Amino acid sequence: MATVGRWVAAFGRFWWDFLVGDTPELFVAVLVVIGLALALHRNGGLGAAVVIVAAVGFLSLSTWRGRRRRG
Amino acid sequence: MVEALTIVVASGVSRGWRSAIEGTVVAVVTLAVIVLAVGIPLIHLVPLDALRVVVGGLLLVLGLNWLRKAVLRSSGHKAIHDEDAIYAKTIAELSGGSSGASASSGEKGWRAGRRDATGFVVAFKGVFLEGLEVVMIVITLGSSSNHLGLAAVAAAAAVVVVGSVGALVARQLSEVPENSLKMGVGIMLTSFGVFWVGEGSGIAWPGSDLFLLALVALFAASAAVLIQVMRRALPSPDASRTVSEPVGS
Repeated sequence: MATVGRWVAAFGRFWWDFLVGDTPELFVAVLVVIGLALALHRNGGLGAAVVIVAAVGFLSLSTWRGRRRRG
Repeated sequence: MVEALTIVVASGVSRGWRSAIEGTVVAVVTLAVIVLAVGIPLIHLVPLDALRVVVGGLLLVLGLNWLRKAVLRSSGHKAIHDEDAIYAKTIAELSGGSSGASASSGEKGWRAGRRDATGFVVAFKGVFLEGLEVVMIVITLGSSSNHLGLAAVAAAAAVVVVGSVGALVARQLSEVPENSLKMGVGIMLTSFGVFWVGEGSGIAWPGSDLFLLALVALFAASAAVLIQVMRRALPSPDASRTVSEPVGS
């Protein structure tokens, strides 16, 4: 039973590291992009544009957050 | 994949090739079983649109992370991944990994060509953990496009190419431009991710599948702009010099 628990914990840790890791903002970004796509899919070109702009925007914000700071 | 190759070469050089190769083969077979066990049921049991949204989301998480790291490395905000440092660290760990009488008897054993548990485990872990990302890409790309076999063959071809490069250059692994490769893969994964999230959600992309090319161009251009912007944001002029990065980051 303890072995099964360890396996489950290790499996959970793997997915946490894979999906969230040290960039939780990108995980949230993907959820937002999916939400926007589902909400705006009937709006034609606007939906497509918003999804793309959101992906580029979140990438830029996360990259900026990871910059090396003074000191 | 380059990092896995570095670990295998280090394990082979320091603990003997037999165990390193055996560890690698067992890890590759385990990964192949995971592809078959997870990928095939996914294709047959899950509705395609739902699968595309989930797969697109996973690809986006992976792609955005790779792209972010590649931009940070290219702009000098993060050190370039140093395969020589990984190689040296693995060699040092393996050389000091055992102690006392058992170490010397074990050393005699692997030098004589017998199995070495440490070399096997290090090679297995390196290939398996690095390979899990590849497996994720194979399953997601293959299952959402209904071409799991083709995706697996493409990944196997990549393994053969990296393996061949490793056999040729062995210790000159730092010559493989890992950051450029990761930048390219990050752009592709992000583009596929956005495309499939849209497809699965019901967005009609202009030009259908051809729009993927536009997405690739757009994310490549965005990465190029981001690199320029981030270079200007470096804290001081001498900070743009790249340094060796600690292993595992």
